[in-house]
Amino acid sequence: MSEENKIDLELDLKGLLCPLPMVKVSQNIGKVEVGGIIRAVATDPGAMADIPAWAKSTGNEVLQAEKVDGQFVFLVKRVK
Amino acid sequence: MSDEEPRQKSMAMVVMSGDMDKLFGAFIIATGAAAMGMEVTMFFTFWGLRAIKKNVSTGKTLFGRMLGVMYGGDIMKANPSMFSFGGMGRWMFGKMMGNHNVSKLSELRDLAIDLGVNMYGCQMSMDVMEIPQEAFIDGVKDPVGVGFFIMKAQDAEIQLFI
Repeated sequence: MSEENKIDLELDLKGLLCPLPMVKVSQNIGKVEVGGIIRAVATDPGAMADIPAWAKSTGNEVLQAEKVDGQFVFLVKRVK
Repeated sequence: MSDEEPRQKSMAMVVMSGDMDKLFGAFIIATGAAAMGMEVTMFFTFWGLRAIKKNVSTGKTLFGRMLGVMYGGDIMKANPSMFSFGGMGRWMFGKMMGNHNVSKLSELRDLAIDLGVNMYGCQMSMDVMEIPQEAFIDGVKDPVGVGFFIMKAQDAEIQLFI
């Protein structure tokens, strides 16, 4: 199913530490249209908690948060 | 209009400490909250004032100038609250943080300003410590007092004292 998600923006958050992965997602969410999807790749394990928390607080949606080959891959959908 | 936006949540923070570790905490929380859509107020007082100061000398009277020398410089002069060792600790922690790719304090503070965090100097401690508004970095708003902070704090979901 997730293969059907069209990625509108790729974000490389590798090497960034708290609070930057979440801040970068927040700074870039406005660059995609409502309904658009950002794919972000981070290496900070804390992002697994922070990016979903950011989405909950801002009313956006995390479609996927997965550890893949030691990296953390997020699909974030702009809801509003 | 049923989908009216809910009121923006807010956070109000006093920054009294000038310690490196506490300033990291203050700016990480402030940038995080701003990224999460909150209106953030940071009220810098006493030792915290140096965190928003440019690297310029301050002080008019003898004591004021002495303070300006002994507690001079800018945010990058902040020492850790433990293991300071006359600057060694700052150097060591700076190295360790650099090795782990943590942002510099000045970068985090500037990011906070970019994210729209509202920063104010405490008028009373600026007067006592003889640090004028002109000594502050761009983006710091005009000085306020405790009444302004309380007004912001009583409306805020989160209040912090650092």
